[in-house]
Amino acid sequence: MRETDIAIIGGGPAGLSAAIYAASLGAKITLIDDGLELGGQLIKQTHKFFGSDTQFAGIRGIEIAKKMIQEIERHKNIELITNATVTGYYEDEVITIIQGADGNIMKKLKAQRIIVATGASENMLPFINNDLPGVYGAGAVQTLMNLYGVVPGNNVLMVGAGNIGLIVSYQLLQAGIKVEAIVEALPKIGGYLVHASKIRRLGVPIYTSHSLKEVYGTDCVEKAVISEINKNFEFIPGTEKELEVDTICLAVGLSPLSDLLWQAGCQMKYVAELGGHVALRDDNMKSSLDNIYIAGDVAGIEEASSAILEGKIAGLNAAVSLGYRVDNFLELNINLRKELKGLRANPLSEKVKIGLEKALIKREVD
Amino acid sequence: MRIKEHPILEFNPGKKVKFTLDEIEMEGYEGEPIASALVAAGVKVLSRSIKYHRPRGFFCAIGKCSSCLMKVNGIPNVRTCVTKLEEGMKIETQKGKGDFN
Repeated sequence: MRETDIAIIGGGPAGLSAAIYAASLGAKITLIDDGLELGGQLIKQTHKFFGSDTQFAGIRGIEIAKKMIQEIERHKNIELITNATVTGYYEDEVITIIQGADGNIMKKLKAQRIIVATGASENMLPFINNDLPGVYGAGAVQTLMNLYGVVPGNNVLMVGAGNIGLIVSYQLLQAGIKVEAIVEALPKIGGYLVHASKIRRLGVPIYTSHSLKEVYGTDCVEKAVISEINKNFEFIPGTEKELEVDTICLAVGLSPLSDLLWQAGCQMKYVAELGGHVALRDDNMKSSLDNIYIAGDVAGIEEASSAILEGKIAGLNAAVSLGYRVDNFLELNINLRKELKGLRANPLSEKVKIGLEKALIKREVD
Repeated sequence: MRIKEHPILEFNPGKKVKFTLDEIEMEGYEGEPIASALVAAGVKVLSRSIKYHRPRGFFCAIGKCSSCLMKVNGIPNVRTCVTKLEEGMKIETQKGKGDFN
């Protein structure tokens, strides 16, 4: 059977940074990713990142992904298994991997440490005819237009005015696609106002306290009905508006993809502020099991910059726990945690911070 | 439809290839996901649901939602959003659970 020091599951920002960091300490890494290309959601992000220099501020997501992937390729101690899904975790610390378009290759891998960086999946929204073609998750819209240059539809209704809804709306406009409106169930815009202002300047209305009630169409979306909602999120009769759209883009939140962590028997907890069920973890991103670490959206829905930092922390600590050495480990570790704390020192991270406190395993000696 | 002009991105698609959807010839780029080539060609319905035969289209793009399962070269239930397009592929709209016949 194949053996490795650290198996990293997921090649998005968290997994890539964990792999780079742990590999730089000399650990043998196996990085498994289920996409057609490495980079997770990062390879679709055309906007420039916020934060400080060490967090790639001012650089577009696509460029960050390129840099990280180049670095991965430079490390000879990183083995890549791509277009492959990890389907199970077994008691003897073996994971099973199904690879290839037809899923006809099966691999078993025994790893001393596992870093789960599986990310998240998009939330669905209940509305009439929500299964019609033309209803997309925001990530899918980004994949089509930013990765493959394909127009997902001609007139888009965006559902959700959090950062994803705002950023994808702007990206649609950049691609020359009409955004009819953005609806947001909450009474105020959830994302950064700098993004919202850009979109408003381009003439796209943002309706707060509004939601999507139903869509019509024979074989695909032809029309959408939006409606105002009250503070209990109930539709207010008589406030319906009909929109001529052929595309619905859902940006209504994400849920951690934590199946493997459940299966492994990590202690799990429902933390609404982090987007759903997450594994409890200590400051070093180690779960309740000594051999399993977590990083990125699977640890709590945040953004790529924090995922990259969590990946570094998980990678560093997993490698050191196997005896790989680095000068000033303690100092490095503390600095990374400080950097992460600094990144979260803004009002939009308040909710995440409450969530993280609930998911933290406090150790007496640290 | 394909994006013609973009202020930030430059698309370098691979070689143009021919494939068929339900025996109708179409074109796409080698290596892009099958489902993306279909959307670009204006195809919206990729499969039909098992019980009520409702239309299913492109939804998640990460191989998780089962909405884009199609028959590819005779094999049913292929996740066409994470399977690369190749020259001469025979794609069929899948109805229900799919079979090898």
